[in-house]
Amino acid sequence: MASQERINLLAPGHRACPGCGAAVALRQILRPLGRNTIAVSATGCVETFTSPYDQSSWEVPWMHSLFENSGAVASGVRAALDVQGEKDVNLVVISGDGGTFDIGMGALSGMLERKDNVTYICYDNEAYMNTGVQRSGSTPHAAATTTTPSGKKSYGKIEYKKDVPGIVWAHDAEYVATASIAYPQDLMRKVKKANEIYGPKYIQVHTPCCIGWGFDASKTIQVGKLAVETGLVPIYEMEKGQPVKVKKAAEKKPIEEYLKVQSRFKHLFKEQERDEVIKELQAICNANIEHFGI
Amino acid sequence: MLRVGSVCEAGKSRLNKTGDWRTLRPQVTDKCNGCGICELFCPDSCIVLENKKAVIDYDYCKGCGICANECPKQAIEMEEERN
Repeated sequence: MASQERINLLAPGHRACPGCGAAVALRQILRPLGRNTIAVSATGCVETFTSPYDQSSWEVPWMHSLFENSGAVASGVRAALDVQGEKDVNLVVISGDGGTFDIGMGALSGMLERKDNVTYICYDNEAYMNTGVQRSGSTPHAAATTTTPSGKKSYGKIEYKKDVPGIVWAHDAEYVATASIAYPQDLMRKVKKANEIYGPKYIQVHTPCCIGWGFDASKTIQVGKLAVETGLVPIYEMEKGQPVKVKKAAEKKPIEEYLKVQSRFKHLFKEQERDEVIKELQAICNANIEHFGI
Repeated sequence: MLRVGSVCEAGKSRLNKTGDWRTLRPQVTDKCNGCGICELFCPDSCIVLENKKAVIDYDYCKGCGICANECPKQAIEMEEERN
């Protein structure tokens, strides 16, 4: 670790909440890419906290797109670079789960279908945190958000998390991987690997959010590790449609350990009949453990 | 060539000193062996390694406590901010 160059391309003074997982992800993503990089961000937490008027935190050229079109904007940037003859520029999209799973899905699909040489990185904090914790396609089952509140008749989000890596793989993308900020060496290796491949690449980075999920700011990394160790968030790379290089957990933790540290799941521990919901979440973990061989 | 700062100067957010958000102050003790894990996990880019020791930039540290929590040597202590 010490031999790696500690280049830092996210300037301090940005306005992320204390303990922000997305800010950790940004630093880890930009480090292996280096200065010869152009970044495109859809609207979201990262865009908001790095770029209040006249005060950018980016040390690389950066462009803000609309919520829905970061994939298309990146395609345009790549086309412009090709016309100028700039062959060695790293082009990366850094969008949130809202801009990837829901609103930007169409532009992402188009980018993948055109086989544009872009690394698309989704930082997945599992809701629309920037606007005040509304549910997204990425929010896990039974999580309480402001639009899926918990109460006597509701246990939070009814639907399940969308499998976007699978959707991207169905486009025959060159490289698909998931990662977590809790395993930075793994994340940086994947970003470096993706950057060296020609064609559309997709990496989904799990980034815990202390405000939206409801845990102490100092526990961001700890919660990220728990998500992987319970099996709820599998970390893998895809090859020929099969997950490979899966992050193994020597000791699988029960899902309760992950749920009880977050206030978005605290309603599951208040009422007796919610045991069924916890069992269902445990079943999701068990299915992941079996399918991915965690 | 790439030019940084076509609309706004790169890294200009340094004007915004976020250190005054802090309620807890991390202190690096002698136990630090400079492994750099805290530097990798700091969301605010305010830890650098100097002479194999972590050095915290209190101008920008928001006091989240990730560094103290993740330090394998427990070399960082969180104290109440009194400044």
